[in-house]
Amino acid sequence: MALLEVKDLRTSFRTEDGVVRAVDGVSFSVEKGQTLGIVGESGSGKSVTCLTIMGLNSRRNTISSGEALWKGKDLLSAKPSQLRKIRGDEMSMIFQDPMTSLNPVHTIGKQLVEAVQLHRDVTVRVAKARALELLKAVGIPKAEARIDDYPHQFSGGMRQRVMIAMALINDPDLLIADEPTTALDVTTQAQILNLMKRLQDDFGSAIIMITHDLGVVAETADDVVVMYAAKVVEHAKVHDLFQRPQHPYTWGLMGSLPRLETDTERLVQIPGQPPSLLRPPNGCRFHPRCPYVMGVCRTKEPQLVGAERDPSHLQACHLDAETKDREGSKLVDATMAETV
Amino acid sequence: MFRYLIRRILWAILLFLVITFVTFVIFFMAPNNPARAMCGGDQASPTCLKTATEKLGLDKPVYYQYGLFLKRLVVDHSLGTSYATSQSINETIKEAAPVTASLVFGGAVLWMIIGLSVGIFSALRPRSLIDRAAMVFVLVGVSAHPVWIGLIFSYFFGVKWHITPIANYANFFGAPPDSGLPGGPAQWAYHMILPWMTFAILFAALYVRMIRANVMETLNEDYVRTARAKGAPEQRILFSHVLRNALLPVVTMLGMDIGVALGGAIFTETVYQLPGLGRTAVIAIQAQDLATLQGVVVFATIAILFFNLIVDLLYAWIDPRIRLS
Repeated sequence: MALLEVKDLRTSFRTEDGVVRAVDGVSFSVEKGQTLGIVGESGSGKSVTCLTIMGLNSRRNTISSGEALWKGKDLLSAKPSQLRKIRGDEMSMIFQDPMTSLNPVHTIGKQLVEAVQLHRDVTVRVAKARALELLKAVGIPKAEARIDDYPHQFSGGMRQRVMIAMALINDPDLLIADEPTTALDVTTQAQILNLMKRLQDDFGSAIIMITHDLGVVAETADDVVVMYAAKVVEHAKVHDLFQRPQHPYTWGLMGSLPRLETDTERLVQIPGQPPSLLRPPNGCRFHPRCPYVMGVCRTKEPQLVGAERDPSHLQACHLDAETKDREGSKLVDATMAETV
Repeated sequence: MFRYLIRRILWAILLFLVITFVTFVIFFMAPNNPARAMCGGDQASPTCLKTATEKLGLDKPVYYQYGLFLKRLVVDHSLGTSYATSQSINETIKEAAPVTASLVFGGAVLWMIIGLSVGIFSALRPRSLIDRAAMVFVLVGVSAHPVWIGLIFSYFFGVKWHITPIANYANFFGAPPDSGLPGGPAQWAYHMILPWMTFAILFAALYVRMIRANVMETLNEDYVRTARAKGAPEQRILFSHVLRNALLPVVTMLGMDIGVALGGAIFTETVYQLPGLGRTAVIAIQAQDLATLQGVVVFATIAILFFNLIVDLLYAWIDPRIRLS
């Protein structure tokens, strides 16, 4: 049994302008100890997917359907009190902006102790010892002295380490990381990613890594889900995705990665804007921006199905297998030529 | 922390000097002759005028007069004597201040109870029936004039239903034995019910609005989401993570408002004939008694500065970002 199995998840928000379908029929599963990368542009629904799984969407204007089976039990239909027991204990989450994710009026020690005591019936002393242990594990220098400091006394990278410590403090089975390195500078990003990898080995947690950065996915993930406009457009093992990308959107993402070796002065970009989720385009949602667009793309929505050559490589595109393989490998060859 | 305290106190002293000097200059420039007021107005004899002018230092330049005033205030702790009644202004203030303080502190307790409970509830249930009712109350509370509210309350609670007294003040510690006036804590509170309600309505409305907005904003903060992600129950999130942050600006407002109100709640005191500072000031203005008026202003200044200082210290205590920077 998969640790987490998401089936046909849909989340919409009621707004004054109408219903926004932020997540529209997303399915994937996460195995124990594995890392799933979810890639997509801003507003593609990757964060909302995970907030829905965690039950952290504001309840009033949100409608969710589908299933998110956690160890076989559906989280979407679970009572708030049951969800609360799972959150922060079996399943935890770190967020994009470490500068605002910690409460400014409490010491980090207090916030870590709270995380322990919400789920374990232990004394403050025991909880604090555990907090100290985690702060050392995430590499906070002079952790004994710093445990009583307030968040504003830490740098962004250090705060993200504290957030990671807080997320791992109860030894969760799944850690959801929502763009954990986006707000950090490049050297700190690498440190945080390395730290997460090392801790995954130590703690054995599964990770869902939400990012818009294919580089982060290549480095950390086992499986990759590519999302576009609230839907999954491609889903494959990380190796397969980078070897034989099947979807024009994925090609666009890969083509827009900056490379040191090429002479091109400008980055390649995907033309146009992501569509409004209030009124998504008919047919394939990527068709207005797709350089390979055909007549059928405008009218018929492609289903997420296995590629002809590899049924485990899911993709949603009307192009014939031959074109996909040809265009995909052209891109990969170009990339390889540059890196060799 | 200690340096912070010293800095705040030095600031308060500087502010005190500036404010008193400015008010002093304004009074000095007013077209009014204190010596004439002291000698009984238009029938003043020239000799009396001359002695009074010398005594008050009116023939000296303004900075000299201000120096005299400051010396009297700091060295003798005296605000001088009234031009109109020759009574010690210290005494006048000492009698009036407890009345205003009763009104302001009692009112503050009332408006905070309303502000906190209604404000927080509205923030947690936006657009609910109670929230909408609260917003109507806010609109009415902010729009209605205290004098009008006072008169309406007096008419219904006092005249029509005979529930409460509609005027006068009862001393908390008991009235003078042979005065025949009401006194004691029970009578004090009984007489203050309507003034408290009248005085509190405007502030309650403002505070409901402010607390509601602050709590709603704080509920959307990332660290509140973090607390939820940790598995904290809603009640704990509200008290431990939301309120402490949401009430920071409220503490500032409360300190300022109490400080300002202690200078005299003129409308409420006038409607209910409470002998507080506001009414003292009004009477002093009518009698052109600038010395007494200035006494009230100085007292109000000290009250505001004092509560500002308390707010600064409280703020530093609540918010570590200020304490440690």
